[in-house]
Amino acid sequence: MTNSEVFHIRTEEAPSLAAPASTSGAIGWMRQNLFSSVGNTILTIIGILIAYSLFAPLIQFALIDAVWTGENRDACLPQEAGEHVGACWAYVKAYLPQFIYGRYPTEEIWRVNIVYFLFAALLIPLAIPKVPFKAINAILFLGVFPFVSLVLLTGGDFDIGFWGWGFVVVLALIGVVIAAVQMFAGGQDFAGVKPVLLAFVGTAVVIGAIFTLASIDFGLPVVETAVWGGLLMTLVIAVTGIVASLPLGIVLALGRRSQMPIVRLLSVIFIEFWRGVPLITVLFMSSVVLPLFLPEGVTFDKLLRVLIGVTLFSAAYMAEVVRGGLQAIPKGQYEGAMALGLRFWPMMYLIILPQALKLVIPGIVNTFIGLFKDTTLVLIVGMFDLLGQIQSSFSDPTWSTPTQGHTGYLFAAIVYWCFCFGMSRYSIFIENKLNTGHKR
Amino acid sequence: MSKKILPLVLGAALGVVATTAAGATTLEDVKAKGFIQCGVSQGLPGFSNPDSQGNWTGLDVDYCRAMAAAVFGDASAVKFTPLSAKERFTALQSGEVDVLSRNTTWTMSRDTQLGLNFAGVNYYDGQGFMVRKDLGVTSALELSGASVCTNTGTTTELNVADYFRANNMPYEIVAFEKADEVVGAYDAGRCDVYTTDASGLYAQRLKLANPGDHMVLPEIISKEPLGPVVRQGDDEWFNIAKWTLNAMINAEELGVTSENVDEMKSSDNPSVKRLLGVEGSFGEAIGIPNDWAYNIIKSVGNYSESFDANVGPDTPLGISRGVNALWNKGGFMYAPPVR
Amino acid sequence: MSVMEQDSAGAPARASLANDPVVRGYFFQFILVLGVVILGWFIVTNTLANLERQNIASGWGFLGNTAGFATSQSLVESSETSTYGWLLYVGFLNTLLVAAVGVILATIIGFIVGIARLSNNWVISKIAYCYVELVRNIPLLLQIFFWYFAVLRAVPGKREKWSFLFNSFHLNIAGLRGPKPIWGPGAEWIGIAFLVAIALCFFIARWARKRQEATGQQFPTFWTSFGLIIALPVLAYLVAGMPMHLEYPNFVETGPILLQGFELNVGFNLIPEFLALLLALSIYTASFIAEIVRAGIQAVSHGQTEASHALGLRNGHTLRLVVIPQAMRVIIPPLTSQYLNLTKNSSLAVAIAYPDLVSIGGTELNQTGQAIEIIAIWLAIYLSLSLITSAFMNWYNQRMALVER
Repeated sequence: MTNSEVFHIRTEEAPSLAAPASTSGAIGWMRQNLFSSVGNTILTIIGILIAYSLFAPLIQFALIDAVWTGENRDACLPQEAGEHVGACWAYVKAYLPQFIYGRYPTEEIWRVNIVYFLFAALLIPLAIPKVPFKAINAILFLGVFPFVSLVLLTGGDFDIGFWGWGFVVVLALIGVVIAAVQMFAGGQDFAGVKPVLLAFVGTAVVIGAIFTLASIDFGLPVVETAVWGGLLMTLVIAVTGIVASLPLGIVLALGRRSQMPIVRLLSVIFIEFWRGVPLITVLFMSSVVLPLFLPEGVTFDKLLRVLIGVTLFSAAYMAEVVRGGLQAIPKGQYEGAMALGLRFWPMMYLIILPQALKLVIPGIVNTFIGLFKDTTLVLIVGMFDLLGQIQSSFSDPTWSTPTQGHTGYLFAAIVYWCFCFGMSRYSIFIENKLNTGHKR
Repeated sequence: MSKKILPLVLGAALGVVATTAAGATTLEDVKAKGFIQCGVSQGLPGFSNPDSQGNWTGLDVDYCRAMAAAVFGDASAVKFTPLSAKERFTALQSGEVDVLSRNTTWTMSRDTQLGLNFAGVNYYDGQGFMVRKDLGVTSALELSGASVCTNTGTTTELNVADYFRANNMPYEIVAFEKADEVVGAYDAGRCDVYTTDASGLYAQRLKLANPGDHMVLPEIISKEPLGPVVRQGDDEWFNIAKWTLNAMINAEELGVTSENVDEMKSSDNPSVKRLLGVEGSFGEAIGIPNDWAYNIIKSVGNYSESFDANVGPDTPLGISRGVNALWNKGGFMYAPPVR
Repeated sequence: MSVMEQDSAGAPARASLANDPVVRGYFFQFILVLGVVILGWFIVTNTLANLERQNIASGWGFLGNTAGFATSQSLVESSETSTYGWLLYVGFLNTLLVAAVGVILATIIGFIVGIARLSNNWVISKIAYCYVELVRNIPLLLQIFFWYFAVLRAVPGKREKWSFLFNSFHLNIAGLRGPKPIWGPGAEWIGIAFLVAIALCFFIARWARKRQEATGQQFPTFWTSFGLIIALPVLAYLVAGMPMHLEYPNFVETGPILLQGFELNVGFNLIPEFLALLLALSIYTASFIAEIVRAGIQAVSHGQTEASHALGLRNGHTLRLVVIPQAMRVIIPPLTSQYLNLTKNSSLAVAIAYPDLVSIGGTELNQTGQAIEIIAIWLAIYLSLSLITSAFMNWYNQRMALVER
């Protein structure tokens, strides 16, 4: 065996062997991520212990020991139902309508359901980027939906009164006066003043139309806001707050970046004032002090007062979000628009705002999350949002058991968490989608 | 340019501001809108509490219904606004509610400094203490060292401070914003004692996990005359508020109930005749129909009917008439006669 | 000034003033100011009319009146005979206390969780992720209720206790009790020694830095400072004749049942409302701080670490001298606004009876009816806190801004 056959010439590549078992598969993954060193191993064990000690009791309470059916407290009392009674889901089931609709009259609940349905039907296509007709959708959602739900929820048949109509007339008059001044003193022709006229008179006509619509009696029984509650109240406050604060926030953000010193100063004061105070003082202010600011005999509904407070408060935060978007627009865009001869407002709504607002969608969603969580504060001024409604149900003797409070809070936590987590995922999704356009 | 526009804008704005018409009287307002807006508590069983359908019941609620019956002849022409302790006076002052019937204590400062008028007393109350039975405490004087749960911003917080100081007993106060939170904290064992108006103690005891484990101590440490409130400066409305309550009390005294009121119309007793509007025109004199009291009694009942149905011994609250009995039965309830 | 004059003065005929941006600017600002003035006038006249019509007292005189109610926690001497103004001050101090402790606690938890999020250990980073996503998506008020009402039921009642740390700290439903230092005469020297130690540390740090820049020699600044801050006050304590002793809480087990349990006002006590609020605030805020810290560390590009390794810096030095200073520049501004949020959120104390500024103010509002004055005080205090924070932020940003060469 001394011939040349000992030489081996490889004619084909060696087959690639699987990686050693210790670096691949589940074991490899564990070695790398869990037990790479002594310290890491200890951390892993501690971590698993922490996770176990937190989640095991929770699962025990919420699922294993839970009571799912029952007619009253007897089902969940330890004396009646055995030693360990966990979450009393039977109580949540009994109270679910109240948590969703508040004390809204049972025979009128279909109105709330329509509003919920419209809300979902308009919001979901608006939120999915691929669905077309965004502009119409947005107008429907931001412009038409609020008033349809206003009439549906309250029953319409509003008494607009002197102040309401007076406001419309004054608004229209201001437009006419400015246009007249520009035509006669400023020497402009009618085409030149048309935008101003359109802006003021148009707004007045739109508001007037809304007022007319709201004052029509549709034959719906009036449902006072005092009986609204639960999720309905939470959504009304959060959605109204965000929808109403968006335009206000845009104006404030533009004001803060304005060249005019007084406009800038006033915007800064407004924004920093509302951002510097806690929401709870704003709510106290709107529920206790606002009535003093109004002339004798003029009163607002309590919900409306809270809405005004919440809107002003979130407008300040919205302004800062929008300002971030405005700052992210390259200066060239402004200069380009000006070079085309566009004036301030056309430049803004044709060039700058469409780009800036798209950029700040994640920021708006995040503000909404914050506002959604903050709506719980209204329970301190005596309104029944979801948390308030749950808390007030604790006083019902028919369901009072040792675990009622825990169950109620757990249910509230789950609902809030699902909403907020869902929205924050959506915000990240949009952020990633927007980011692609800017990647080099 | 600005010279020309200023007067115009200012004029337009001023025009709006200046025509802030001095409001009509409360009665005219109420008649115009067709119902009475009544401020009540956010949920106090026996006094004003919404049931699961959202219908309000209670002693304070009955008073509001009685007022609606007096003005409109229809006890359902009333809407309820639940108010927190903090908001209640502002809500009345600003005109958000027409009458406040929210177990509110009549005190001098409220009567004189807040621009309010108390229309009378519909429940004579006093501040009491509730403790766990297993503490073995039988008198409030044994409460030395206790931690005390109560509501903020009510007279009870001040009374309890006075009481413990006067008796030289150390204590710890824990004051919450809402009654539900006080009950929750007391039930959790944060406090040994829960103090509020005695009627409130009986009402809140129902909300505890085991009401039977708690008792109300015999001591009453303050005078808490609770009654309906209206705005100062509108005597017409004030009169209606006063006489609605007086009519209910007088009806009890004269033996007129919701059941026999129709027969009583033909009664020979001149007092009954005057009360029910058969004789005289007492209603018209205060701007409401002459059969105002008839309507109150027919649709709401007299004072004792309202009391028994809402807080009386046969209700879960189980409060006896005690000082709230009529003056001729050993209590304080005394109404001036209709004549 | 009218257009006619302008024309006759020889300006270009069609350059209307209405199209002059400067004039338009003045015009709009004028209208705006006018609007604000009219609104302000409208509000003030209405308020005055309403106050007068409703016979509501106004003015600041009420601050000197006796309040008649007591608080469950007070950092300074107060009782039922204190004035409204003094009790507001008590509430303000309570707000500051919970905010200050909360800020420290939230920062510690937040940094730990933020760094844990970046850990190579899968379990640890997932736990940190769950913590952040769970806590920041649940309303703070709900968390406060959870800590107060749900956890409160789990601790022992008033006549029982859990003791820990060598039997010196005790927890029950009435709060957390521990030994309280009682300062005797001469105790001020301990404080002075402490201040002196801090001043010394500051000078040592400066000297050490100069020496290192000049000679390259390093000096163990941290350990020296640490030693000084401990040693000097201890020395002063011994020299002044030990003017401090600890007052231990007194647990009574006999006598009238209501007097059993911990004796009131003996030892150091944190009321449960404070504990619940503190835990809720710091755990909630920590979840936001964790995200800020994570983003800050991730913002420092990996090239920086590699470059410093290439320069021969060890891991610890890389972190301390290269990564953290750059990360802090990203972290500090949002961190400050989180601190501010925590302070503002402490006003939720009103829901669980912790006597903070808003809670005590609310009680006074109710008793005096002087809503405008009380709310003005609230707004003024919170606004000044926020303005001070903003001022600090601007100062810090200017100091830390990248100096580009």
